[in-house]
Amino acid sequence: MTAELFVQYLFAGITYGSIYAIVAIGFNIIYNTTGIINFAQGEFVMLGGMIAISLLPLLPLPLAIGVAVAVTMLIGALMEMIFIRWLKNPSVLRMIIITIGISILTREAAIHIWGENIRALPYFVGNEISTISILGARISPQVLWVVGVCGVMVVFLHLFFQATSVGREMRACAANRMAAILCGINPRNMVTLSFVLSAGMGALAGCVMSPITYSQYDMGTGLAIKGFTVAILGGLGNSGGAVAAGLLLGAIEAFSVSVVPLAFKDAISIAILLLILFVRPHGIFGSAEAARLKTF
Amino acid sequence: MLKIRNVESGYGKIRAIRQVSMHVEPGEIVTIIGANGAGKTTLLATIAGLVKASSGEILFGGQNLGAVSAPKIPFLGCVMVPEGRQVFATMSVEENLLLGAHVLHKEGRAAVEGLLEHQYQLFPVLRDRKTQLAGTLSGGEQQMLAMARALSSRPKMVMMDEPSTGLAPLIVKEIFQIIVRLRDEGNTVLLVEQNAKAALAIADRGYVLETGKVILQGPASDLLNNRDVQRAYLGREKID
Repeated sequence: MTAELFVQYLFAGITYGSIYAIVAIGFNIIYNTTGIINFAQGEFVMLGGMIAISLLPLLPLPLAIGVAVAVTMLIGALMEMIFIRWLKNPSVLRMIIITIGISILTREAAIHIWGENIRALPYFVGNEISTISILGARISPQVLWVVGVCGVMVVFLHLFFQATSVGREMRACAANRMAAILCGINPRNMVTLSFVLSAGMGALAGCVMSPITYSQYDMGTGLAIKGFTVAILGGLGNSGGAVAAGLLLGAIEAFSVSVVPLAFKDAISIAILLLILFVRPHGIFGSAEAARLKTF
Repeated sequence: MLKIRNVESGYGKIRAIRQVSMHVEPGEIVTIIGANGAGKTTLLATIAGLVKASSGEILFGGQNLGAVSAPKIPFLGCVMVPEGRQVFATMSVEENLLLGAHVLHKEGRAAVEGLLEHQYQLFPVLRDRKTQLAGTLSGGEQQMLAMARALSSRPKMVMMDEPSTGLAPLIVKEIFQIIVRLRDEGNTVLLVEQNAKAALAIADRGYVLETGKVILQGPASDLLNNRDVQRAYLGREKID
């Protein structure tokens, strides 16, 4: 493999990896405040892209993306309020079935609204064939958008959770729900907020990736599986681990193309997921001790 | 300050508390003593709104707590230090205190910082451990942190559930001294304890709870001298 080709694969890996990382962090945000895995996470990514595409004839691109993210956040809040908020001490299994149900419902709604057509947002800068040269490899400028936006989101989230009082309250709910109530924090509001946040992140990722990966009504399922693999690989609830694991999975997928046929790309991530679940269910970066304390 | 009338409460069909009535006046230490499973913790959890009373009335400063959701109760000035500390283990000592001051967030940074400073004076060890994760503190330090966290909300009344559990006798003594100091500073404390002797020694009044019912009540000194209490809870059998 030449150095140029290596860099080319690496960038493809980083691009997909950062998208997986964002989906995985979406899983983590909700997992940390509720202890549940929201399998409708991939649907947020789909909704973001599709809504932005629909708004494009009416609004300029940045505004269309902004509105799409806002609408998806609203949908996230509604999902939580309609399907989850009123449940008292639901079991993990029940929550999983409910979120899968929400995911199917969203997908069916999407096919009625948008049909089966594959759509895409236009490239933010230039077009399909414009490239920039990095270390000899030809990279689409959109790749830098994806990596940049995902990077900014990770930094933003980190600051939000570490440096704001609302972020601190969300962490408190994750750390000790009863103690949070005793401090006057309403965990239910924090749960709604966590859905809003991960919906917004997913939607924004869905918009920036749309020019490269295209948007379709059923793209959410595949992304949810990849995101879930990354979340588990990085250790559930550990967002730093999710970034590392996301980039790792992206790179593995990208480089695998040079060894095995393209069709095996998805099989590889599923195989990794199974392997991790069998061998190290607490993830590569998660601690076994912390995993034992978790209910899931 | 706190008035409870004929409260019944429990989990599902189990009645852990039956027809309990009691009151706490401002500036008092009132203790609730009783054996394991007598319903002490359930009673506190019911006042804090974690468990809903099935009947009866809980009035705090004239307001019916039964109609207030659990996260709103600290805003009224009624806070609890739960059994087993329950600090936010993965967060720093300072963050724990800031979360305790959550109910005062409308009063601005200066007020909150003043309150935190007051906690650091009351519990100097917490100042040294400000940036340390709460989960890495010793049991006694965690108990102090849990108390300081509750006090950061500038409460009208603090409820403490078994603050002495699992602590070395020397630390227990220190914790009880702090409770007395809190009372002397004008705080109101409702103290639940299995360590009846220590609790009655510092309390103004006491209630004895047995299988969910109040079987005895009165000034702490009377209870200390009460023969039934001595036999059942203080491990002293007088031979006449």
